[in-house]
Amino acid sequence: MTAQPTGIATYNFAYLDDQTKRMIRRAILKGIAIPGYQVPFASREMPMPYGWGTGGVQVTASIIGPDDVLKVIDQGADDTTNAVSIRAFFKKVAKVAVTTETAKATIIQSRHRIPEHPLTAAQVLVFQVPIPEPLRFLEPRETETRKMHALEEYGLMHVKLYEDIARHGRIATTYAYPVKVEGRYVMDPSPTPKFDNPKMHCSPALQLFGAGREKRIYAVPPFTDVVSLDFEDHPFEVQTFDQPCALCGAENVYLDEVILDDHGGHMFVCSDTDHCEKRRGDSTSPSWGGRAEGAGGSGLATTPATSTPALRADPPHEGEGKEAE
Amino acid sequence: MDIATQSIDGGFAEPVFNAQAVFRAIMNAMARPGTVQPLPQLARPPAPLSATAGAVALSLCDNDTPVWLDPPLQAEAPVKAWLGFHTGAPLANTPADAHFALIANPKEMAALDGFAQGTQEYPDRSTTLILLVSDLVSGPSLLLEGPGIEKTSMIAPPGMPRHFVEQWKQNNQRFPRGVDLILAAPGSLACLPRTTRIKTMEA
Ligand SMILES: [Zn+2]
Repeated sequence: MTAQPTGIATYNFAYLDDQTKRMIRRAILKGIAIPGYQVPFASREMPMPYGWGTGGVQVTASIIGPDDVLKVIDQGADDTTNAVSIRAFFKKVAKVAVTTETAKATIIQSRHRIPEHPLTAAQVLVFQVPIPEPLRFLEPRETETRKMHALEEYGLMHVKLYEDIARHGRIATTYAYPVKVEGRYVMDPSPTPKFDNPKMHCSPALQLFGAGREKRIYAVPPFTDVVSLDFEDHPFEVQTFDQPCALCGAENVYLDEVILDDHGGHMFVCSDTDHCEKRRGDSTSPSWGGRAEGAGGSGLATTPATSTPALRADPPHEGEGKEAE
Repeated sequence: MDIATQSIDGGFAEPVFNAQAVFRAIMNAMARPGTVQPLPQLARPPAPLSATAGAVALSLCDNDTPVWLDPPLQAEAPVKAWLGFHTGAPLANTPADAHFALIANPKEMAALDGFAQGTQEYPDRSTTLILLVSDLVSGPSLLLEGPGIEKTSMIAPPGMPRHFVEQWKQNNQRFPRGVDLILAAPGSLACLPRTTRIKTMEA
């Protein structure tokens, strides 16, 4: 995305040309009309490597307008390299407002989390998807998985989950936990923790999924049934944490383990950094300070929850997109 | 005004931004069936193509998408010239070949099952029908439910196809195959994706 030196239209609004946007927009509409079905599309080269979420970027680029407010999260955080780069990219090529506050965003592009703050009907959540086909690990051939979806033949998936139970005494899958959409298509919710699966069910927000390398777009309309696959004797359960966030005291949120030192010191903090910072900004929220102290000594209490690179699988830095703030 | 002039006039004043605005209205309408999405007049196509239907065509159609015109539109050379000039879309020979269909007179239109339905493996290879309606409130009430609708929603477009409720039920039964509708009214639009069920229809 090297800017050309002069004048008008050095790049297209939101980077993509209009022919590409139309093609992606048509795929999005089909995705919405057939919830959970993976619509093939002609993915374009983007000025960033595939691991950076080119599918999500293309979806965002095709829906975004000048009045939108964009939030980008990576594993719940707004300030990792990936999130910062994508935000800077859209600031530059679409001149849109950006935010880290969930409530202020109209479009939220996400790599693998759904914000803790409830979404609204005025918001669109765009997921970056690496592998859109939930049956791929069971059946490598696209012709076969397509047939399985066509025939609603999902026995293999149940066998796989049941093997989990046989081996571990429970369903061991914790990420990319398969869901069934509106009673029809089995869908990969992208590698979100299964903790977030219930948030997909009947969400007021439209959810769009873009897989760049695999060239697939799919969607979950608002107020649509999204049910995690399970068995009567082994019902679906989300992860629970036996302690609240060490920084803000939040319970019933998804926590990341933060390594504090090389002597095994660690603490658990909100994965959703905006949520955590909001709560800490609110003086009525309990127990911050005390928790952090207990978890690893003074000084650490003031460490922002976002300084957790050790745990976040940032893609290699390719020099693309410096934050333009 | 001759056909050549007419076909060049009346496109989007700001193609990139107008197309985005129209698409977002369609996306919202498709995601929330039965909601009425306002749309300013952004295109001025020759009659009987309406401003809203024209804007939808400009935002979604191009040389990759064969478009089928119903007989009233088919009969108007200026309409064909305008669509050709602004979208580059080829005309579909039959409804079954169409990615999009523009229908100026829904009441007399061909049966929904005559359009492309997609296949069981590629249900996206189906026709999206753009129906021109005079409004979304004065016709028989359609009570809607399905994905995108929290409980129920209501829409009342007049002049819908014959036996529409029955045809639509059959369209539902073909899922995941089936057609999707964009209802283009003056100043607004609404959508019925194939997942939307019509609960009742009052006279
Ligand atoms: Zn927290």
